[in-house]
Amino acid sequence: MPETWKPKDAADVASAVGDALSAGKSLELIGGGSRRGFGRPVEADVVLDLSALTEVLTYQPEELILAVAPGARLAEIEAMLGERGQQLAFEPPDFGPLWGLPAGRGTIGGLVMTGRGGPRRLSAGGPRDHCLGVKGVNGFGEAFAAGGRVVKNVTGFDLTKLITGSFGTLCAATELTLKVLPAASDAATLVLVGLSDEAAMSVMSKALGSSAQVSSAAHLPADIARASSVPEIVGQSAAVTLLRLEGVRPSVTARVAHLADTLQALGPQALLGREQSVALWKEIADAAWFAGGGDTVVWKLSVPPSKGAAVGARLAGELSGRCYYDWGGGGIWLELPGADDAHAAHVRRVLNEVVAGDGHATLMRAPDAVRGTEDVFQPLAPALAALTRRVQQQFDPQGIFNPGRMYGGL
Amino acid sequence: MLMPTPDAGLLARRAEFVSALRAIVPGEGVISDDAELAAYECDGLTAYRQRPMIVVLPTTVDQVSRVLAYCHSQGLKVVPRGAGTSLSGGALPLADGIILGLGKFNRILEVDYENRCAVVQPGVTNLAVTQAVASEGFYYAPDPSSQIACSIGGNVAENAGGVHCLKYGMTTNNLLGVEVVLIDGTVLRLGGKHLDPAALDLLGVVCGSEGLLAVVTEVTVRILQAPETQRALLMGFAEVEAAGACVAAVIAAGIIPAGMEMMDRLAISAAEAFVKVGYPLDVEALLIIELDGPPAEVDHLIEVVREIGEGCGASYLRISMNEDERKGFWAGRKAAFPAVGRISPDYYCMDGTIPRAALPKVLRRMNELADGCGLRIANVFHAGDGNLHPLILYDADKPGELHKAEELGAAILTLCVEVGGVLTGEHGVGVEKRDLMEVQFGPADLEQQQRLKCAFDDDGLLNPGKVFPKLCRCAELGRVHIHGGKVRFPELDRF
Repeated sequence: MPETWKPKDAADVASAVGDALSAGKSLELIGGGSRRGFGRPVEADVVLDLSALTEVLTYQPEELILAVAPGARLAEIEAMLGERGQQLAFEPPDFGPLWGLPAGRGTIGGLVMTGRGGPRRLSAGGPRDHCLGVKGVNGFGEAFAAGGRVVKNVTGFDLTKLITGSFGTLCAATELTLKVLPAASDAATLVLVGLSDEAAMSVMSKALGSSAQVSSAAHLPADIARASSVPEIVGQSAAVTLLRLEGVRPSVTARVAHLADTLQALGPQALLGREQSVALWKEIADAAWFAGGGDTVVWKLSVPPSKGAAVGARLAGELSGRCYYDWGGGGIWLELPGADDAHAAHVRRVLNEVVAGDGHATLMRAPDAVRGTEDVFQPLAPALAALTRRVQQQFDPQGIFNPGRMYGGL
Repeated sequence: MLMPTPDAGLLARRAEFVSALRAIVPGEGVISDDAELAAYECDGLTAYRQRPMIVVLPTTVDQVSRVLAYCHSQGLKVVPRGAGTSLSGGALPLADGIILGLGKFNRILEVDYENRCAVVQPGVTNLAVTQAVASEGFYYAPDPSSQIACSIGGNVAENAGGVHCLKYGMTTNNLLGVEVVLIDGTVLRLGGKHLDPAALDLLGVVCGSEGLLAVVTEVTVRILQAPETQRALLMGFAEVEAAGACVAAVIAAGIIPAGMEMMDRLAISAAEAFVKVGYPLDVEALLIIELDGPPAEVDHLIEVVREIGEGCGASYLRISMNEDERKGFWAGRKAAFPAVGRISPDYYCMDGTIPRAALPKVLRRMNELADGCGLRIANVFHAGDGNLHPLILYDADKPGELHKAEELGAAILTLCVEVGGVLTGEHGVGVEKRDLMEVQFGPADLEQQQRLKCAFDDDGLLNPGKVFPKLCRCAELGRVHIHGGKVRFPELDRF
């Protein structure tokens, strides 16, 4: 077991990094530890546990601004925002159960550093679009700040975007500033029943390209829909295509009616009210159907939305797995039987055949041994890999932060 | 404005560079004639001018790559340029550098309605993207006020905004992918038609990098279905504080309007004198609040906002009942800059962002600062996101007045940072705010940004003299200073 250092505040983090540099030790950065299964396993000399840095530094609802220390629990922050009718609009997923851990353990730091948002990605963006500023300690042992505490800012390079989703390979964050937004007061989901994957892609494209302001669009093939916890979805006993509408009640009502009318010819429909809509989209965000594990592996692919079925249905078919489609078809969740390489070669070959470089596949769950030998993230073309390496070296020249978490040797 | 000292050795080799560049970009693509070079000596920030050594106007990505590789091999500095509308001097030439103009990259390569995106060359204007997709009811959301002229490549370089970015985001939030060329000629694709980066978000950091990291040669942007309805409210207030409170109350009510703009008394009177749209002249602050979406939503929210406005003591309130009225509300705001140009020989447009709550204090303090140096300020303001555009009125023909205006501008931006804001919300740092960067950022903050530059361009050849007050020396920035192998803080808790 590596030793654990648990700094109390930002100054402690800076001294800990300085100490690690002096001693030539590498650091694994963790918050709640709930996302440790994401990325390649880290072999570091010391665990730098940031879970004691939990302070809310500022929350100004009228400025739409929140600044917190990285160890703040996501669940507590969301409850605090909810009291003021606000939310993190990118719909933070809780992947804990996906990796066989309890729900609700994630921290803001882990959320930002792993850079993944939920189904509202299409209309509200992801963490990259909502993270406004970072303070942290770089691999030179220097405390630095990037971005700011206002929603509109183009001063200097946007290092905040680079750090968001960097899996802790660029700095140890000590403070994160996020944009918060009003939560919609009403929501509904229009359900189209029995469409093929192919037909669903085209319907979602039509709905997302309409003026109905669909905030999320997903398609669950019958085997996934059957496993939902939402009775109206299970009860369909068929594939469901889901179009979410959010906003003020008169708007949601009018848009549902308009959309239902436009898509009437495509077959039977159902409608989920607010509560069921919320429950269903949380399942979609968290990949709830693939929770726990057993021996299966889980992939998440990002492709141009129109190519969703051509990639997802084909891989699920060829490899005896299950898949569903988020992001209007562009975000594919894929569960496959376990294999020595987690089927990486097959997945990446099909991806390349269908989208020719315009997309990527991430291994979201596999045993440590598999994630240690296979590429978890999309392998980069040589020039891009070289640039990525140079960028990481400019933040962390000794490679002390989360060595190997993203790529072997990085 | 002090720029890096021109390198006499490079200037002496001008003829050699011209002929080598002509071998890459034939015909009229290399400009070396003094009179023709004059057209490139400034961008939208006309107070600063410098004739470039050479202008190169390539037509293919291969040419861009070869030009950059050549410049890299010769240590020749490169200033990328789109439409030249930057308000911060981002495309200000260097005496010993070339201008790499992307104006000939002016084709829309693909409109993909199925995936709701457009692939365009960087020289295409912002408005042309919307025009290309308007027939299908789509549009491109970021709408900087120069949208008729500014190019998408420039928008990516500056992370351009506009009046609607409160609801729809800046360029970076509407950008899916780019093709870029690095200084050594390497061509890279970042992103595409899919969402989110595969690994590090290099697309996110190239956007807004002001031409210091790479040259953009192709851009993929999201297109959106245009909202069914747009309606606006025009509200006047006797006190700036009340207008500020109204803006805060709208946000607190859970409403993110498509646009929320404020003008102060001087801007209102200048705009009304110019376009005569019926703005009230007896108010201290005017708000334009636009709501868009399905008619049921817009009609509902208009009433909610009207009640908020009345509750905040609006002394004047109109609601647009048709498109002509709505456009009328905007006409004065959109003409605010030229309107101010009519009441003053010259004006200087600033671009700080502040926390909205600080608005009354900042406006008061700005007017005190202006009075103190005998200048006037007209204010237009993206109130929804706290982005100020103070227009400093001055007369360049009066000796010393430009200098006074610059000093006032610097004092205003320093004030923005003091109240918790930033130097620039959408115009970029360029040369204009370069020397103020140390007001907002500490040495370690700036060094980390400059280290990123080293990862892309370690010789500092792309757009040097912009953004950073000191040129970076990559070898020095890359050194790790380990404190003598001693643990500095042995009291640190360890478990």
